[in-house]
Amino acid sequence: MTYQFDFAVLAPYWLQFLRGCGLTILLASCAIAIGLVIGILTALAKKSSSRPLRLAAEAYIELIRNTPFLVQAFFIFFGLPTLGLSLQPWSAAIVALSLNCGAFAAEVIRGGIDAIPRGQFEAGTALGLARMQIFRYVVLKPALRIIYPALSGQFILALLTTSIVSSISAEELTAIAQSIDTVTFRSFEIYIIATALYLAMSIAFAFLFKAIDRTYFSYPVK
Amino acid sequence: MIRSFGVSEALAILSGIQSTVVLSLIAFIGGGLVGLAVALMRTSDLAPLRRAAGLYIDFFQGTPLLMQLFLVFYGLPVFGLRVNAWVAVTIGLTLHASAFLGEIWRGGIQAVPKGQTEAAIALGLGYTHRMIHVVVPQGARLCMAPTVGFLVQLIKGTSLAAIIGFVELSRSAQIIASTTYKPLLAYGLAAIIYFILCFPLSRLSASFERRFAVKT
Repeated sequence: MTYQFDFAVLAPYWLQFLRGCGLTILLASCAIAIGLVIGILTALAKKSSSRPLRLAAEAYIELIRNTPFLVQAFFIFFGLPTLGLSLQPWSAAIVALSLNCGAFAAEVIRGGIDAIPRGQFEAGTALGLARMQIFRYVVLKPALRIIYPALSGQFILALLTTSIVSSISAEELTAIAQSIDTVTFRSFEIYIIATALYLAMSIAFAFLFKAIDRTYFSYPVK
Repeated sequence: MIRSFGVSEALAILSGIQSTVVLSLIAFIGGGLVGLAVALMRTSDLAPLRRAAGLYIDFFQGTPLLMQLFLVFYGLPVFGLRVNAWVAVTIGLTLHASAFLGEIWRGGIQAVPKGQTEAAIALGLGYTHRMIHVVVPQGARLCMAPTVGFLVQLIKGTSLAAIIGFVELSRSAQIIASTTYKPLLAYGLAAIIYFILCFPLSRLSASFERRFAVKT
């Protein structure tokens, strides 16, 4: 092999790589937080008694789940301005990521609600609880416990998906790696470092989700 | 010069379907073959094999597909392989698919009750026969839904080939969007085509899930 690896050239850029990680984590956190809210609302809409609401939720979920994120991001960033709705790259990235994460989360959450036996709802009603109370105490908590592993998997996927927003010029780790590439031309080394950083971040996220699981969802069920 | 968005522009985007479908199929078949090996290693009796397959799966599931494509795209020339974008993208997607299919199929193999394997051993069947005649046929049913579901992920994943300059559906939409200044139309059309490709598979996956669900 004649190729000479040269990681030393990249040493001066360590702070930029780190900044990229920070931006990526920030993007992913926003997408996960907003996506979770969208997911819960959409799952509720899909279970609602109003037909238009159900259809709208269904359309949103299927549309997002069956088209690539790249096209969604392009549509939002390049397409919406022609309708007079211009977004900055970062705002567009957060909108696109949240909508994407929300649709996947909605399906997982709906699955969790479906898994709660009907008797639970009836028991809640019999106890005189209001609809919201039934949802909060009788459905949501046990449902969350069931879906937590699938949900945290989706969240890690959201973290990995952030790499794609570099193509709508939103700044995060991939975009920063690409800009370092244009100066140093050490493409392979740069992407080895970036890949390792993504791997480290997803392992960190997995640990975090595991810790949350132990703290909040590991109570015994009888 | 700004071109108007007409029939020929729509056809130019449609022509991207071919590369998207071919790429998805090659990656699915290639990924299936390598994935089978990964699944068998992951469930093997030899600890080093299990661990190696585990690391392989963790790597591909813990890093973005885009990075995997970049690594192959920029990495192959480093190892003296001068290849075009087609080969690089195919290799990248195949490796990606093999890790995910390997993990899905591991689940299927392990879902087959242990007693089945023990019964096969008691009957004197060797590893190969045990797998071919006892474990795989039973496990395969359970894997149908997630396998078809992953095919949807793979079709969507091929869009990332556009970022390294490979012309498929997304890239052709991008080209048309920038020459006609009608991004809403171009990306909307691309999204509709992806949807037409993926939605039936999603439905198929859902119906497999109902049909082959483990009865509890």
